[in-house]
Amino acid sequence: MKLHEYQAKEIFASYGIPIRKGAVIERPEQLDGLEIPYPLVLKAQVLVGGRGKAGGIKMARTPDEAQESAAQILGMTIKGEAVRRLLVVEAAEIGAEYYLAFTVDRAARRLVAIASAAGGIDIEDVARTTPEKIVKHHVDPTAGFHPYNAREMGRAVGFGGKHLLQFAAIAHGLWRICAEMDAELAEINPLAMAGDSLLAIDAKLIIDDNATFRHVGLPRNEELTELEAAAKSQDLSYVELDGDVAIIGNGAGLVMSTLDMIAHFGGRPANFLDVGGGATTENMAQAMSIVLRKSGVRALFVNIFGGITRCDDIARAIAAQPPAVPMVVRLTGTNEEEGRAILEDAGIHALTDPESAAQEAVQLAAGAQ
Amino acid sequence: MAILVNEHTRVLIQGITGYQGEFHTRRMLEFGTRVVAGMTPGKGGQTAAGVPVFDTVAEAVAQTGASASCIFVPARLAKDAALEAIASRLDPIVIITEHIPVHDSIEMVAAARAAGVRIVGPNGPGVASPERCKIGIMPNLLFSPGGVGLVSRSGTLTYEIVAGLTRAGLGQSTAVGLGGDPVVGLTFQEAVALFADDPETQAIVLVGEIGGSAEEEAARFIKASVRKPVVGYIAGRTAPPGKRMGHAGAVISGSEGTAQAKIEALEAAGVSVVSLPGRVPEVLRGLL
Repeated sequence: MKLHEYQAKEIFASYGIPIRKGAVIERPEQLDGLEIPYPLVLKAQVLVGGRGKAGGIKMARTPDEAQESAAQILGMTIKGEAVRRLLVVEAAEIGAEYYLAFTVDRAARRLVAIASAAGGIDIEDVARTTPEKIVKHHVDPTAGFHPYNAREMGRAVGFGGKHLLQFAAIAHGLWRICAEMDAELAEINPLAMAGDSLLAIDAKLIIDDNATFRHVGLPRNEELTELEAAAKSQDLSYVELDGDVAIIGNGAGLVMSTLDMIAHFGGRPANFLDVGGGATTENMAQAMSIVLRKSGVRALFVNIFGGITRCDDIARAIAAQPPAVPMVVRLTGTNEEEGRAILEDAGIHALTDPESAAQEAVQLAAGAQ
Repeated sequence: MAILVNEHTRVLIQGITGYQGEFHTRRMLEFGTRVVAGMTPGKGGQTAAGVPVFDTVAEAVAQTGASASCIFVPARLAKDAALEAIASRLDPIVIITEHIPVHDSIEMVAAARAAGVRIVGPNGPGVASPERCKIGIMPNLLFSPGGVGLVSRSGTLTYEIVAGLTRAGLGQSTAVGLGGDPVVGLTFQEAVALFADDPETQAIVLVGEIGGSAEEEAARFIKASVRKPVVGYIAGRTAPPGKRMGHAGAVISGSEGTAQAKIEALEAAGVSVVSLPGRVPEVLRGLL
């Protein structure tokens, strides 16, 4: 779960990381009561990336400019996400920009600290073009990350004197946030020199969804579409896509390969939906209701390989409420015969070969146009 | 021969008294696995699925000679269960549990490595060697003994491909599911290395998916050191960047983890990559 910048900054501040506090507003009129000296920066609070390029960050030198920019940004939609809040902060006069983050290095199977003197830009670009400017320290989980590790990183980035001590305090604070809050990513980009001190200009914090049970006080942000949220509340794994063949399968890998099969035969999947291992008749009924609610769906493809999931449970849900759109069912595995019989009674013929079933689903969607 | 398990493997089930633990213990016994002990704290002295239950792993090991573990405990307790199994040097430790926090997985995997034991998973279906031993939740009836070693990040996709191999008369030496999480114990490269050294395994099937770079690392290893034929399949060619496709680990982050990059790396290593999972048997037959 990704936190908004203003939420992450509150947490960063509580760990001693220097930020400009600012204020959060939802309407331009709320600028009037603020006691923040001009010039200001108005920053769209959205969870998608790339808000700066999209015009979601603006500087204002006067109250009139601020009103105008606030009204403009609050009316924006950035990559499909409506801007509901602005973070308003005093503009900082900044010099050098640095990068600092802790994240999961999947390949190393460790947390990794990453710092660079080339901040303010996409760290992936820095890694590609000037990898020598990136300093990395993999954290040994039995040893942890200590202030001396932070100072060593600071030296490698090029800090000395009091700036080294400032950097080390910030890096160690960010480590504690990462470790104590189960962060997948805790990032400051840029970490900038403002006057004679380092200042976190931006703050990014992504908490592991699997660890939210340990962090009960956290805000709950949803980056999900309405249908994705509905699916999540039913414990179904659903991702909305832009095609017209609705998909239900069991198991993440099987469903991914089902989408690929539809595309292979020239179709466009409308969604990813994994009904899960051991799905019941009720789970399947909920899954059907969710995928069929998406507008523009022209066919439904159900691809079930019964292991713990029983084909008869799946068939009962389909037979009880057959969809209004054309449907292809591929059913094989545990209790296949029973499942097939239930569907035949409802006038539905199930296939066993996934490829021919996928082809038929693509044809049905094309024919339904 | 098989990898990771064999007919002598003596299995402890952690979380045996839960619904999933007991259900799958019965299926493992039906498969022929030597399940010698179960363990659930506070339930020592009971039996579950006909297997004696102990309060601690240490007691179970002392009294039954258990050598490997299968973990079904809930996600918030899984790290403790794994560390307990590691302390008794069980190997392999197969973790079925889904939704374990990634910081916990990092800690477990590091502890296992330090102790010289192997974790398989978390969030995977386990490992099965036909007619010898199954640890985990793969359906029993799919398998037939033979010379194909299969390694995958997915459960049902593994079943789909194993079933296809069996129908085509291509038996399996061992099938192993690595798990769908971003941080797992056994890696593709390690599994491929085990298959390369296993005299019974004549060919290897590698089933990957989007996210991370484990397939690319395996590709480098295959190119440098594997002489057996390898067939590959990568799921998620049509997955959009930034979206988790069911598995916590199945996500394209920035430019890392695309299906295209994995397919190119495997092909550059001489792996025959198929575009649909159903094509694995025919391509494999052509290589044997």
